[in-house]
Amino acid sequence: MAATAAALQFSAQVSSLNNYNDLHPDWTQREVSTGTTIMAVEFDGGVVMGADSRTTTGSYIANRVTDKLTPIHDRIFCCRSGSAADTQAIADAVTYQLGFHSIELDEAPLVQTAASLFRDMCYRYREELMAGIIVAGWDQRRGGQVYTVPVGGMLTRQPVSVGGSGSSYIYGYVDSNYRTGMNKEECLKFTAGALTLAMERDGSSGGVVRMAIITEKGVERQVILGNQLPQFSTV
Amino acid sequence: MERLQLHSQIKGVSTGTTILAVKFNGGVIIGSDSRASMGESYVSSKTINKLIQVHDRIFCCISGSLADAQAVTKMAKFQLSFHSIQMDSPPLVKAAASIMKELCYNNKEELQAGFITAGWDRKKGPQIYTVALGGMMLSQPFAIGGSGSTYIYGYVDAKFKPDMTLEEATQFSKNALALAMGRDNVSGGVVHLVVITEAGAKHVVVPGDKLPKFHNE
Repeated sequence: MAATAAALQFSAQVSSLNNYNDLHPDWTQREVSTGTTIMAVEFDGGVVMGADSRTTTGSYIANRVTDKLTPIHDRIFCCRSGSAADTQAIADAVTYQLGFHSIELDEAPLVQTAASLFRDMCYRYREELMAGIIVAGWDQRRGGQVYTVPVGGMLTRQPVSVGGSGSSYIYGYVDSNYRTGMNKEECLKFTAGALTLAMERDGSSGGVVRMAIITEKGVERQVILGNQLPQFSTV
Repeated sequence: MERLQLHSQIKGVSTGTTILAVKFNGGVIIGSDSRASMGESYVSSKTINKLIQVHDRIFCCISGSLADAQAVTKMAKFQLSFHSIQMDSPPLVKAAASIMKELCYNNKEELQAGFITAGWDRKKGPQIYTVALGGMMLSQPFAIGGSGSTYIYGYVDAKFKPDMTLEEATQFSKNALALAMGRDNVSGGVVHLVVITEAGAKHVVVPGDKLPKFHNE
């Protein structure tokens, strides 16, 4: 156990080399994870959310066309990263709680309420869970909003938020390219560009780019296939 | 590189760092931050220079354990000058990188340092070689390294163009380093840049308040 714990401090490649065994391939010993890249951006009138589509069990890609943008309510979605099982369970629980709350209130729920429910669960069970979630949507009171609930259970609102294993590689790109006051098309281009760059560098992210645009009018879904992704000169 | 980032937070004084090198039309620019850290929370030096000159027109940027990097570059500098005297001509950048690589590969169990070797020589002009942790050597049009480099992969992939002018390459380097220093807590301080061309090497220091600022600052 101690040896495994020590091995886990190092990169995945090191520990899987030590455990290599033809009879038990890598993916039978690994948890399913959405090692991933997720992102959400606020604009005036709504939000744009994006994610890659790869779910891995160790080095095996269990699902190459995953939809990581999960509806929580009519105009509230969440992007999931971390353990696939944990995030699915949390999203299901919050969807139930929010639906009940919305019926009690007899009106559409606030994005902040959804984010708060995620935070309560992620913080209370922080020792057992491995989940990084971005909650985004539109409501009547505050328009488009993006809230991030990273591992550990913090809650904060940000105009642009990135998450998942691939997000490390695009902090520089996001910091330099984001401007306040972008419109919907600019946000779509920005999101697609950032996700493409992350997918090219992160082994746990890949496949297609899925996006959702949430406004007062409703939700619009888009998919950008692999050969339609934006091209960068060195990529 | 992942092991490097984890170890740099455990092993003694280390240059948790951001280094880069970029080829432009007529030369190379190499750059780094100036922070040396012990663990994640103590900055042991705010003004360290990570751009080591190993010959007139060949520099090495260092990352990882400071002690290991200094020992390797000192040895490489000696071997390179000896080689240059034997050959009676300025050394090739590839020769310098090769010497670093031999040292890193043959001592891979003990060493914890990565390098970017860049410079200009008469045979092939401006060149950049990465010498990674285990001793791999790779020639690239641009290279980034150190713990802060993870945050700027997307930026450099998007923004790099071959055959930039000196001004474009300088701006590219300053932006990339400023972005990495803004997100990596073990990179910081000032930006050191060295421009290497046929004419020689020029060292520029960009203090913190003159660095480009981005939307969240």
